[in-house]
Parts: sequence; structure tokens; C-alpha cells
Amino acid sequence: MQGENKKFVDRIWDSLASVKLAIVLFALIAITSIAGTILEQGAAPEINVKIIGSFVGYSLAPGVYGVLDAMGFMDMYHSWWFISLLALFSSNLLICSLDRFPKIWRMVRMPQKPLGDGQFGSMRIRKELSLKGSPDSNADRIVAALNSLGFKPREHVEAGNRQFYAQKGNFSRLGVYITHLSMLVILVGAVVGIFFGFKGFLNVPEGSTYPVAFGRKPLSSSQSMERSVILNAVLSSRGDVSAASAKLGVEEPRLLTRMRAVGIEPLGFSVKCEDFDVKFYGRSDMPKEYTSHLVVVENGRAVADKWIEVNSPLKYGGYTFYQSSYGMMSDPNEYRFIFRVSSPASPGGNFEEVKVKMDEPFSIPGTVIEATVSEFSPALAFDQEGRPFTYEDMMNNPAARVVFRDGTEQYSRWILKRHPLTWAVKEGLSVELVDIWGSQFTGLQVRRDPGVWLVYLGCLIMSIGLYIAFFTSHRRVWVKLSGSGGSTTVTLAASAHKNREAFERKIERTMSLLREGGK
Amino acid sequence: MDSSLLFGFSTVLYFIAMITYIIYLAFRSEGIGVAATTATVVGFAGQTAAFFMRWKEFYDMGQMGILRAVPLTNLYESLVFFVWSLILIYLIVEFKFKNRTFGAFVTPVAGLALAFIEMSGMSKGLQPLVPALQSNWLLVHVFMSFIAYATFALSFSTAIMYMIATTEKKSEGAYVFWTLTLGLVIVVLSAMGLDFLKFRVAGMQPEVLIKGFLFKATFLSGSPAVAFASYAAAALVLLAVWNYGGVFRRIISTVGISPDMLDEITYKSIAVGFPIFTLGGLIFGAIWADQAWGVYWSWDPKETWSLITWFVYAFFLHARLLRGWRGHKIAIVAVVGFVAVIFTYLGVNLLLSGLHSYGSE
Repeated sequence: MQGENKKFVDRIWDSLASVKLAIVLFALIAITSIAGTILEQGAAPEINVKIIGSFVGYSLAPGVYGVLDAMGFMDMYHSWWFISLLALFSSNLLICSLDRFPKIWRMVRMPQKPLGDGQFGSMRIRKELSLKGSPDSNADRIVAALNSLGFKPREHVEAGNRQFYAQKGNFSRLGVYITHLSMLVILVGAVVGIFFGFKGFLNVPEGSTYPVAFGRKPLSSSQSMERSVILNAVLSSRGDVSAASAKLGVEEPRLLTRMRAVGIEPLGFSVKCEDFDVKFYGRSDMPKEYTSHLVVVENGRAVADKWIEVNSPLKYGGYTFYQSSYGMMSDPNEYRFIFRVSSPASPGGNFEEVKVKMDEPFSIPGTVIEATVSEFSPALAFDQEGRPFTYEDMMNNPAARVVFRDGTEQYSRWILKRHPLTWAVKEGLSVELVDIWGSQFTGLQVRRDPGVWLVYLGCLIMSIGLYIAFFTSHRRVWVKLSGSGGSTTVTLAASAHKNREAFERKIERTMSLLREGGK
Repeated sequence: MDSSLLFGFSTVLYFIAMITYIIYLAFRSEGIGVAATTATVVGFAGQTAAFFMRWKEFYDMGQMGILRAVPLTNLYESLVFFVWSLILIYLIVEFKFKNRTFGAFVTPVAGLALAFIEMSGMSKGLQPLVPALQSNWLLVHVFMSFIAYATFALSFSTAIMYMIATTEKKSEGAYVFWTLTLGLVIVVLSAMGLDFLKFRVAGMQPEVLIKGFLFKATFLSGSPAVAFASYAAAALVLLAVWNYGGVFRRIISTVGISPDMLDEITYKSIAVGFPIFTLGGLIFGAIWADQAWGVYWSWDPKETWSLITWFVYAFFLHARLLRGWRGHKIAIVAVVGFVAVIFTYLGVNLLLSGLHSYGSE
């Protein structure tokens, strides 16, 4: 029984250590992955039914969809069978490496031995040449030649013949194992990230502050109810979880568990969005940069402050905030129109900044003119007849229609943020639309990943491993000097475990230099 | 002189080189060979200069850093850069193996890519970078990926040549495989050519062209007669290549390239391309995604396809080095690998959607 058990374990070990399994897995992972690039992952059913329909016809599509959906193909990279393939791949990688490592390690550590006479013939690279002068008189030149190839030879004397031998790059045989190890490190990093990390989002309107971030997992209706109760309590106590737990009458550890279950991540600090802005290339609507001014508030103090951009996130307290989307706030009555006004009366051409709501009157300094914002458009354009219309529901070309009352005279102007010509209202009066603040929210991707450093470490190790594995080689060389008196026979044998041709060419060149010098 | 003029000059030289290499193949005169190499080297130097000039023009125009103004940001620029990488790798092989015959096989690939650019009428203008592409990783990620693509393209050519040179019987599996591959390449390229001729619309984006019009002139035509004729013509082409494939073998055998040498180049170009692709394509891509979006791996189609490509080449290396696969079996893997490369590079952008799709808008 014991023996059979051992055999069974051995058999499993052997099949997990086999290269055959490895290449079968490469093929399986590659082929199955294709399905996930054709079917849209995590998408609404109708999208994928349509995709399937274009392959099998629309009458069969719903049935095929049902089968594929049951097999997890609509979220296949997280399905049990794909994860199992990856787990099998990792075990194969690990066991295959463990299985071969001792032998390779011995080859790396084994000191090089001088060759016996019969062994010279069995090496892949063999050269011979004869030089004038005795072996002893040529020895120095041979050593110099080996040095020029980058070797530091040792000497061995047998039966009166001198032999020089050397090796380099023996670590090159480890390159494969370093590469394999790096992949395991990356996979471990990924697993740590999945189990101990957080990936979510946070939409912050301009001027708002949030002490939590939100998970992306879909919730059941009872969970959604619980979520709004908890969120109310947490937000009203400004993110202080213990205050919220007192309010709700739930113990703090239990509240934390419940929060995470319904996708509320307490940050331990608050994030405020001061401003969001899209910068465009020149006058085009082609976005140049999305940028948010974020401030981190901890214990009532601002502790960090950054304008983040798409490729430049904010890091604080283990969390990273990435610029990922943006959008409009729906209620224009909450917007603040910020103008910079200059009139003939303002001394020295100074500007005065005004911040008003819609329909809130403001006076132009130094004049009797009173103004109000009567209309607003996030993206204003004029049609052929000169009538204004909104061409986009994003803030591509923000504009405010301002009504001016100068005594009995009344007139209105569309003032466009991106078009300075529209700021000149009349002789000496300029009203610049600086911003429509509070009109947008910034969409942040929020992440805490305690495994990411392992992934980076793995990438670094992989770069080193690949370099060693593909661009270095274990090279060995033996040179025997024989003969006596007036002539020396030089017999060379060498091996390289990779790229032998290049090594042979190098040796060839050195030998021909020796030959020329020896005549 | 601006970069496009200089690039036009290089294009002409590449076409001259292509014709001269083919003449060289027929007459094997040293003088013609030297002329072909000279045309390629001068064309390459011209394209290199044009690349840097366009870089400067882009830098002067777009308000961004010098590293971010590298002209590798849309389909036109990347195809042009693919040609540059291919010619570079080819010249290295020509000098290392002291053999010019590959020129007649590699320069037509470059010629095809350039003809594709011209025929499709794709936009050649400088387009400013969308926010997500504004990163210093752009340069190194794209540059290394394309060098790797070019080495894979070379391994594809030599693997096909290897199969051509070593198959005799028409019933042999490998013979059927390579004639089918070559036949399909001809069919797909001609069908796309017809699409472009029929639907050519100035200034239209290649994505729109492909998504809206691919094969609409032939296989997917509204008229059943045209569609049927297209399939019949395709079958005829495949049959013709299969029937007259022996001609290719005779050409290769007369020019004196040994199958062993082809096999060696296939392996070596993959052994160089694989680590460059892993580092530049996968690792740098993941680091960039991590810094821009906070996810180093999201299984988006481009990422997944580069992983598929990576697995195919890992398969190649393990099968060859550890399982001792040689000959036709390993050559087929090299061909499959390049099909995955083509899909990663063009198929994903043109046929699927995902994070990378704006990369070529």
C-alpha cells in the first residue's frame, strides 16, 4: 500500500513536471483565451447574443448563448475552469523547475575539469594548429589569446603536456529558472491583489468631499438598501466609522465587515475635488488632458494636494486615485458662474472676479450696469441662421447667456469660455467666463493593491532572467599544447550551450591571429 | 524638405530595391546585388531621417514633451515604422549571413505594407495625442513591440520558405499547409484591395473602412452572384497555388539557401524577438496600464491577444529546445505565431474593441 501510494504520488509529480504538460497548457490557454476576446466580457446578454448570431445564425444564437453562459464564457477569465488552467500552469511551472533545478545547479557549481586525451574529439568545437617554438615558449601567447576571449585559464600538466582550460557564463543555465521564478512571483502578486486589495471608483462633484470609495460588485436589492443606510450614517459622521457605529448601534468591527460586503470602502481620510477641467488642443474639441485638482483631508487638515492627470495619479495612505472618467452634474441651479470683469472704471485695467448662480444679479463695478446669467450651454454652436444650439452634452464649449441692464437699455450676449472674442461685451467692458464651477464631477478609479510591488519585482526579475536566458551562454574551452623543441601542436576543444556558431567564429578569429603571429 | 517628401523618396527606393533583388535572384550577378543593397541602405537611411524629422514636426506642433512626440501614435505611423523595423532586421541578416537572396522575399513584404498604406488612403496627418497616450512609456513600449513584430515577420518568411524548400509531394501535410497559407494571404489581400478600389473614400479612417466595408466588394457582397463568384475565385486561387507550388521550390533550390539555414534563422529571430516582446510589449505595457488606469492586467482584447502570441512563441521555444521538435512541425508553429502577431497588431484594432482601439484612431 505504502509503495503504491508512493508510486501514485510520483506519477502525479512526473506528469506535473513534464514539458509535454507545459506545451499542452500553452496551447489550451492560448486557444481558450481567444473566446474571451470575441465575446464581450461582462456585457449585457443582447450584445453577446448578437455576436454569437453572426457566427451561428440568429435562430441558434440564444441557445448557444445559454450553453456558453452556463460554462462561464461571458466572464471567462474569472471562470472556475480558466482559473484552474492558470493554477495548473503555475503548478507545472513550479514543479517542472523544482524537478530540474538540482541537476542544473550541479552543472553550474561543478568545477571544470581538464580533458583527457580521448575527450578532445567528443567536443562540438575542435580546432588544431601548429606553431613554431617549444610548447613552453608558446604558453604565454596561448594564455594571452584566451584572455582576449574573456577567459581566465587554469593550467593542468599531464604526461608532460600542458593544458589550459577555462569557462565563463555558467550562471547562464539559470536564466530559464530565474524567468520561471519571476512568473510565479507575478502570479503570487496578482493573487495577493485579488484577495487583499480593493478596486473601485469614486465620483466626486466639484467642491464635494468623500471619506469612502465604492466597489464595483453588483448588489442585490436588500444589499442596496443596507448600503444606503450605512452610507448615510458614514457620510453624516464624515467618515468616522466609530461615530457611525454608535449612530447605527452596530459594533465597529461588524460594521466594517458589513461595509465591505456592500461595497463601501472606508478610506481613513477624505478626498475633495476642488476642480475638474478638460484641456483641448487649440480650438479643436480634441481633448489634450483630463485633470482634477484633488485635496486629501485627514483630521480636518489638508495633507496632500495634486492636479492629477490620466497618466499621473495621486497616491495617499495606500490608495491610488486615477483619473478615469467625468460627467455633468444634472442641476444647473447649483452651478457657479465665475466671471472676470473689467470695465473702464476699474482702476489700471484691473479685473474683478465674480461668482454667481443662475439668475443671481451682479453689478459691473464702477458702472450702473447690472447683469444676470439667464441661460447656459455646455457646448454652444451656432447654426447657419445664427441660432445658438447645444451640440454636445459634455462641457466642450461652455457658454453663458448674460443679460445686461444699463438703465433702461437691455441687451444680452452669449459669452463662451474658449472664445475670447465673445468676452468683449462693448467698448471698455469685458466679461470673461472663467469657469462654470460645480457643473462637473470627476470619475476616479480607486485602488489599493498590496500585491503590486510583487508584480513589479517579478517584472524586474523576468527582465534579468530573459536577458541571461537568451543573450548569454555557458562557454567552456580547453587548449592542449603538445610537441617538443621546434614546433608546438595546439589542440583546442570548446563548447557553448547556446549560440555555438558565434562562439566558434570568435575562436576562429583568435586562432588565425595566433597563426599569423606564429609564422 | 519635409518628412513626407523624404519618406516618399525612401518608398521609391524600397520599390527599386524590391525589383533589383528579384532581378538579382534571377541573374545572380554581384553588381546587381550590390545595387539592391545600396538602394535598401539609402532608402533606410532616408526613412530614418524622415522618422526623426516627423518627430520634430510633431514636437513643434503638439504642446508636449519630446519623448511623447514620437511619431508612433496611429495606424499610418505604426505601419511605416513596421516597414522600418523589417528593413532594419533584414539588413542585419544580410550582413550577418552574407546572403542577399532573402531580399527578394522581405522587400516585397515592405512593399505590400507601403502599397496598403497608399491604397487605403488612410489619414497621414499628425494627430495630437489623446490623454491616455501621453506617457513616456509610449516610446519604449511601441518601439520594442515593433522590433519584436519585425523579427517575428522574418521568422514567418523563413518558416514558409523552409516548408517550400523541403516539401515535394502535393499530398504532404506541410505542402498543403504552406500552399493554403500563401493562397489565403493572396486571397485576403486581393479581396481587401478590391474593397479599397470600390469604396475608397478620401480621409476615411481605416477602422471605419474595415468595419464597414471589409469583404463587402467580394465575399459579403449584397449580390449573391458576386459573393458566389468571389468564393469560386478564392477556391481557384488556392487550387492554383497548390498545383503550381513546385515552382516556388525550384526558385528557392536554385538560389542556394539551405533548409538548415532557414530553420536556424527562424529559431534565432524568435529567440531575439521573444524576450524583446515580453519586456517591451507585455511588461512595459502592463506597467504603463498600471500607471494610467490602475490595472496592470485587465484582459482587454489587445492584452489577451499579446498573451496568446506570447504563449504560441513560448510553445515554439519549449517544443524545439526541450521536446526536440524540428522540421515542418516547428515551422508550422512559427507560422501560427505570426498569424497571432498580425491579429494582435491589426485584427484587434480593426475588428475588436477595447482600450487600445484609440491607439490607431
